[in-house]
Amino acid sequence: MIPTSHYLFLSLGLFTIGVIGVVTRRNVIVILMSIELMLNAVNINLVAFSRLVGSVEGHVFAIFIITDAAAEAAVGLGIIIAFFRNRETLLGDEMDLLKW
Amino acid sequence: MSHIFNAFRSFMTQGGGGLLLPEMMLVLFAMGILLTDYLLEARDKYFNALMAMLGVIFSAICLWQLRYAAEQGASGFSSSLVVDPFFLFFGLIFLIATALVILLSVRYLQVEDENHGEYYALMLFATVGMMFMVSGYDLIVQFLGLETMAISFYVLAGFLRRDRRSNECAVKYLLLGAFSSAILAYGFSILYGLGATTSWPFNGPMPPRTNLDVIQFAVESRAHPDLLVLLALVTVISGLLFKVAAVPFHQWAPDVYEGAPTPITAYISVASKTASFALLLRLLLTVFWPVRLDWQMLVAGVAIASLTIGNFAAITQTNIKRLLAYSSISHVGYVLLGIVAASSGQRLGFMTGMKGVAFYLFVYAFMTIGAFAVVIVLQRQGLISDELDDLNGLHRRSPASAVVLLIFMLSLAGIPPLAGFIGKYYILLALIQTGHNWLALLGALYIVPALYYYFRIVMHAWLYEPGNAPSPVITVGQKVALSALCFVTVAAGIYPEPFVRLATYSLLFPTGFSGH
Repeated sequence: MIPTSHYLFLSLGLFTIGVIGVVTRRNVIVILMSIELMLNAVNINLVAFSRLVGSVEGHVFAIFIITDAAAEAAVGLGIIIAFFRNRETLLGDEMDLLKW
Repeated sequence: MSHIFNAFRSFMTQGGGGLLLPEMMLVLFAMGILLTDYLLEARDKYFNALMAMLGVIFSAICLWQLRYAAEQGASGFSSSLVVDPFFLFFGLIFLIATALVILLSVRYLQVEDENHGEYYALMLFATVGMMFMVSGYDLIVQFLGLETMAISFYVLAGFLRRDRRSNECAVKYLLLGAFSSAILAYGFSILYGLGATTSWPFNGPMPPRTNLDVIQFAVESRAHPDLLVLLALVTVISGLLFKVAAVPFHQWAPDVYEGAPTPITAYISVASKTASFALLLRLLLTVFWPVRLDWQMLVAGVAIASLTIGNFAAITQTNIKRLLAYSSISHVGYVLLGIVAASSGQRLGFMTGMKGVAFYLFVYAFMTIGAFAVVIVLQRQGLISDELDDLNGLHRRSPASAVVLLIFMLSLAGIPPLAGFIGKYYILLALIQTGHNWLALLGALYIVPALYYYFRIVMHAWLYEPGNAPSPVITVGQKVALSALCFVTVAAGIYPEPFVRLATYSLLFPTGFSGH
C-alpha cells in the first residue's frame, strides 16, 4: 500500500506547479488552467486523507470542489470571451487600461 | 401532494430548515427575478429592484425571528450550520449593505443602459453566499459560501459588458480571486486532514470531520510547533487576506474598484470585505485559537504593512474610486490591529478588541457606501464621474451632496463626533489595554496622511470652481440611501451606545475564549 505521505507530496508538487504557472504565465487561459491544477492538488489531498481513515467527508468535499472548479471555469471563460471581444488579446501584460 | 407538504413541514420544524429561512428567502426572490425579468418591458425594469428589495426585507424579518434561537446557539444539519449572535450581526450588515446598494443601482444601470434582472439576482446570490460564510461551522459550507459570493462578484464586476475597463477588471478579479480561493482550499484540505486523523474522545456521536470543533480539538492536541498546522495556518490566512485586500495581497483591489460599476465597487468593498473578515474571525477564534501566538505577529505585520502602503499610495491618486480603494486597504489595517489586540489572551483586551472590530466593520459599511454613493449621484450619460476633477464646485451644484460628502470623509478620517472616530477609539484602546503601545501610536499617527488625502476630495468639492458641469439630478432612491447612510454615520458618532451594544451582542458565540 502506498503511504499517505506520498500522496501529500504529489499534491504539494502539483500545487507548487500551479502557483508557478499563475505567477509566470502571460496568457489568461493558461493562468486559469494553472488554477485548476491547484484545485486538483487540493482534491488529491482530500481523497488521500479520506482514504487513510475511511471517512467520507473528504470525498464529499472533493466533489464540491470539482463542481466549484467547473462553475469558476464557466464564469471565467465567459468573462474572458467578453474581454477578448473588446480587446482582441489574451495576454495579461497587455491589460493596461487600469494601472496593474 | 400532501406528503410532500408534510415532509417540507417536518424539515422546517425538526430538520433545522428554519435556520435557513433568511437564505431561502433571498434565493426564492433571486429565482423570481430571473423568471420575471423576461416578462418586463425595458421601462419596467425597476420592478426587478423592487423584487430584490422585497427579498432583502423578507430575509431581514426571518433573521429577526431567529434571535431567540440564536441566543441559545442553535445549530443544525449535523452541526455544520450555526445560528448565533455573530451570524445575526453580520447578516444584518450584509442585508443593510445590499438594500442600500440596490437603492443606488437603479438609476446607475439605466444611465449605463445595462438594466438586466441578472444584476439584482446575482447580488442576492452573493448575499446568500456571505450568509453561509458566516453561519457555516463546517469547512465545506464555509468554502461553498465563499465561492458563491466570489463567483457572483466576478460577473457583477464585469457587468458593463461594452466597457473595456469593466472587462479588464473582471478578468483581473477572476484570476486573482480564483487563485486565492485555491490557496484557501489547500489550507482547508490540510485542516480536514488534521481533523480526520484525530480520534474524538468525547461522548456522543462524532460530528463530521470537517466540523470546526473537531478540527479545533485536533489542532489543540498536536505537539506545538507542528508543520501541518503551520502550513494550514499560512495558506488559510493568506487566502482570506487576499479577499479582504490586505498588503501584500492587495494589488487587485485598486484595479477592480476602478473598473467595476460604482455600486458594485461599493458592494465589493463593504460586503465582500466584511464577510471575509467574519470568516477569518470565525476561523482564528476557533480553529486557530490554540496557536494564536503563531498568527498574532503575522497579523500585526500585515496590519502595519496595510496601514503604510494603503495610506501612502492613496496620497497620489487622482481617481476617487482608486483613492478609496487604497484608503480601504488602510482601514483593513485598523481592523487587523483590533484582531491583534483581541488575540493577546487577556479577557479585557479580547472584549474591547472584538467590540472594536465589530463596531468598525459596521460603521465602515456606512461610511464607505456613503462615499461611493456621492460618486454614483454625480454619474451621468457618458461620465462615470470618478475623477477628482468631476467633484469640482460640488458645493454650488448640489450643496446637500457636498455636505454629506464632507461628513463621510471626516468620518473615514476619524474625526471626533463621527462614527469612524469611535471605531478607531475602541481599536486603539484595546491595543493600549493589551500593552501594544507602539502599535496604538502607529495607528494614531497614520490618521495624519489619511486626513491629507480625504481632504483633497473635500477641497475639490468645496473650494474649486464648478466650471460648466451641470447640477446632478438626485432620484428618490438615492436620497433615501444617502440620508440613511448619513444618519447612521452621524448617530453612531454622537450617540454610540446602541451601536456598541449591538457590536457586543455579536460576541456571544463559542470562541476559543470560552475555556478561559
